Amino acid sequence: MTSFGSDLLAILPELIVVTAACLVLVLDPVTPASKKELLAWISLGALALCIGLTGGQIGMLNMRVFAFNDLVVVDAYARFWKLLLYVVTGLTILMSLPYLKVERLQLGEYYGFTLLALSGMLVMVSGADLLTIYLGTELMSLSLYVMAGLKRSPRSLEASAKYFVLGAFSSGLLLYGISLLYGATGGTKLASIAGAIGTRGFEDPLLLIATILLTVGFGFKLAVVPFHMWTPDVYQGAPTSVTAFMAVASKAASFAAFLRVFVEGLGGLKADWSPLFLALCLVTLILGNVVAIVQTNIKRMLAYSSIAHAGYALIGLVAAGRGMGESGATSGLASVMLYLVVYAFMTLGAFAVIGMFRKGGIEGEEIEDFSGLAKRQPLAALLMLVFMVSLAGIPPTAGFIGKFYVFMAAVEAGLSWLAVAALIFAAVSAYYYMRVVMVMYMREPEATVVDIPQLVPSPALSIVLACAIAGVIIFGLFPNPLVSLALQSVLSLK
Amino acid sequence: MANSFPWLTVLVFLPLAGAATLCLVKDSTARWIALAVTLADFAAALPLWWLFDQQSSQMQFTEHIAWITAPPIHYSLGVDGISLPLVLMTAALMPLCVLASWTSVTTRVNGFMATLLVMETAMLGVFVALDFVLFYVFWEAMLIPMYLLIGVWGGPNRLYAAIKFFLYTLAGSVLLLVAILVLYFYGGRTFDILALSQVTYSASLQTWLFLAFFAAFAVKVPMFPFHTWLPDAHVEAPTAGSVILASVLLKMGTYGFLRFSLPMLPDASRAMTPLMVGLSIVAIIYGAYMALAQTDLKKLIAYSSVSHMGFVTLGLFVLNQQGIEGAVMQMVNHGITTGALFLCVGIIYERTHSRLIADNVGLAKPMPQYATLLVIFALSSLGLPGTNSFVGEFLVLVGTFLWSKTATALASLGIILAAAYMLWMVQRVAFGVPSPLQLPKLTDLNRRELATLAPLVLLVFWIGLYPNPFVSRMHASVTKTLDSMARTKVAPATHPSAAVPVTVLATSSDNEAAEGQKP
Repeated sequence: MTSFGSDLLAILPELIVVTAACLVLVLDPVTPASKKELLAWISLGALALCIGLTGGQIGMLNMRVFAFNDLVVVDAYARFWKLLLYVVTGLTILMSLPYLKVERLQLGEYYGFTLLALSGMLVMVSGADLLTIYLGTELMSLSLYVMAGLKRSPRSLEASAKYFVLGAFSSGLLLYGISLLYGATGGTKLASIAGAIGTRGFEDPLLLIATILLTVGFGFKLAVVPFHMWTPDVYQGAPTSVTAFMAVASKAASFAAFLRVFVEGLGGLKADWSPLFLALCLVTLILGNVVAIVQTNIKRMLAYSSIAHAGYALIGLVAAGRGMGESGATSGLASVMLYLVVYAFMTLGAFAVIGMFRKGGIEGEEIEDFSGLAKRQPLAALLMLVFMVSLAGIPPTAGFIGKFYVFMAAVEAGLSWLAVAALIFAAVSAYYYMRVVMVMYMREPEATVVDIPQLVPSPALSIVLACAIAGVIIFGLFPNPLVSLALQSVLSLK
Repeated sequence: MANSFPWLTVLVFLPLAGAATLCLVKDSTARWIALAVTLADFAAALPLWWLFDQQSSQMQFTEHIAWITAPPIHYSLGVDGISLPLVLMTAALMPLCVLASWTSVTTRVNGFMATLLVMETAMLGVFVALDFVLFYVFWEAMLIPMYLLIGVWGGPNRLYAAIKFFLYTLAGSVLLLVAILVLYFYGGRTFDILALSQVTYSASLQTWLFLAFFAAFAVKVPMFPFHTWLPDAHVEAPTAGSVILASVLLKMGTYGFLRFSLPMLPDASRAMTPLMVGLSIVAIIYGAYMALAQTDLKKLIAYSSVSHMGFVTLGLFVLNQQGIEGAVMQMVNHGITTGALFLCVGIIYERTHSRLIADNVGLAKPMPQYATLLVIFALSSLGLPGTNSFVGEFLVLVGTFLWSKTATALASLGIILAAAYMLWMVQRVAFGVPSPLQLPKLTDLNRRELATLAPLVLLVFWIGLYPNPFVSRMHASVTKTLDSMARTKVAPATHPSAAVPVTVLATSSDNEAAEGQKP
């Protein structure tokens, strides 16, 4: 038990983010439309502060602080994810600056909601109690529902409504699972659940149902097949910067909470949930990759690709479930963390290019719009090439490193056949990623088109692209620091 | 002593540095820079030929730096008698590729040259990598530049050819990655190629691993029936792309068999010998028959490649000294001869804009120098004594003879057929009677084109008349490969959780250090 003051100190980054969010929302009505960018800079300032705070502690791997009667825990695992989330949010805001301007969406609440969603994610990754995690999930989701509809076009509103209905449904299932788990174990704290379950497996049918409901609830947030139906429509309809934020940040935070719940809380049931996730993982890989092939809209294609990537990340969890307690669990879970970091950079990069891609004033989001981009804007095409190659998992990019560790965990857990299957689908995925490259490099731009599609450059966008490409290349060539950080951070997950 | 200087790092990454500078320059200077970089790289490779210790079967010029700590992956490079000829051949061919693209590539020249140079880094990296993950990184990194070479600068049907090449080779190599990971856990938790080669694996594991390796390497070679990507890729690729594809890329498959399959999986290799020999002979005869039927010069040479690479795999899998030495010789020879033939086709295509035999008839009159060289390379390709291919094919056939006389007889058919399709092609292209309608004004070779082909003519005769320097350099390494295949067959019960401590790496690098001390 600690005093209230030190409790607050433990969640200082969350407090900073929420304060900044409130500040942005309060200042919004009094800020003239031309100066809305100020709000973005306030948000970025808050994020920089948080990066400093959490980043300063990243080396203290054994520091594990519980706060608010063990509702919240700040350990190395949480700090790893928080740092990723700050960076991703910061890059999203930078990407949004020019995007909102061209799209004429100068809305202050955009930044407010981004920060609120972030604070929800931070609570998720730090939650040591199912209810805390649920609260974080809801805060994140509610903000994202609004953000998805900010464009106010029919598609955007449809995305928002669809996301809300399905998301609310999944939240209900999640909550139902939590309540059943409470009934079966007498607690909502992960530690007490783990203690009550022990190693008794699914003898208690309540535990089985609760596990399934939790899986479904999280499955929606992670966009894992068969709970992925909302993803393509929402990703396509939402403003591109919001899509990037959803695809990267919300997926990372959901994975963080998901891993913590199933390892810390339901670790005793690993023999039971591991086959369940194995099945989910396989259908996700198959459906995500196969359906992505036929997409013509690049945002939809990336939506299916993000589904497929969730499948790859799940391999790490399946492997961890097979070998928990040994080194296998560590490398399996670390591979998931690694995968999502890598995924974050390459996906953000790809969405940054798409968000700024204009065809006669509107967003050019058909793959065909990219025809001949290499001729008109070689640098933009080269960047997109690297992101696509990385998404396909081809060395020497970071995407390869992510896949390498996931497959390594699978082979270590004795799941070589799963690695083979997943790699075959990685080869399938190369087809649709390479199609973007093909269109950019090997198609001539159509001569008859009046509005030549091109990339609208801006300083903020250059920063985002520079960070994304640096992440993809550096983590691809020198992954060692990141790998050791992930391997050490995951040890705090017990 | 040379060991202190990181020869191989310089050799591998010099082209990459060149590619980076190319992004900043204009097209006209790009050509010169690319030529300078490839020549400099060749100059960096040449000293290896003399500094190489012929008596030693160890890896030489080794570099060993930790890259990733968990799992232990090293940046570790080295060459032995098997990789040295391939490294030199690659470095020697690249300036010629640049020269061959001097006027034929007109769009996005700096991009083209940069792609070529990136390619060179990846190819050299494959031959010198001593860590399996590092090898895989180079192996896969090659796909993207090759895809771009075919897809951006290729012929009319390039999109199809490019994606076919890409998917075929990618699908083949995904199994390789799983095999590498499995080897890591069963081979004592190391990715070191030399250490992995000294572990004995159980028979069933060897079979599985062999099949996984086979998927990757057989597609690359390409062995029958995985060859269908090759004619498409060759026909659509620009001249330099065809040369790289035929001369270097295909060798990576056979190099993989020799470096990984044979020493690591000796029992499976022995068990698979009949199958591999059978596939090789089918490739030899089928490739030759297909070559006979072609009307397109590039396709003819592409199918002749299938046939010739059949000799290489045949030599490898008869598993004796003569066969393997012949196979390594043949890898180099095929690189020189087929590369030269593709260069010849590129030269004539620049003049007549057709690769069809029917459109290029009777060139001996207007282009005597060209016809002479074409005849020389064609004779070399069919294995005339005195030319390079004879040495390799003869050794392979001697090796095969020791294994099976029937196989030798069947394989010899390939040489006869090679004589048929090559001489028939020469008869039409060089000495045919052109139809009076199409006698375009053809100029003979200019100085740049002569400079492209002349070094290859020298190599054809040098290897053909005095192959000893080549054979002597590879002898010790081939012996070592065979020795390591002959080791104990009894597999210890190893499984993933039993972390076998491997001390092999330390001792072998100590040996090399000791070798290095000697003058």
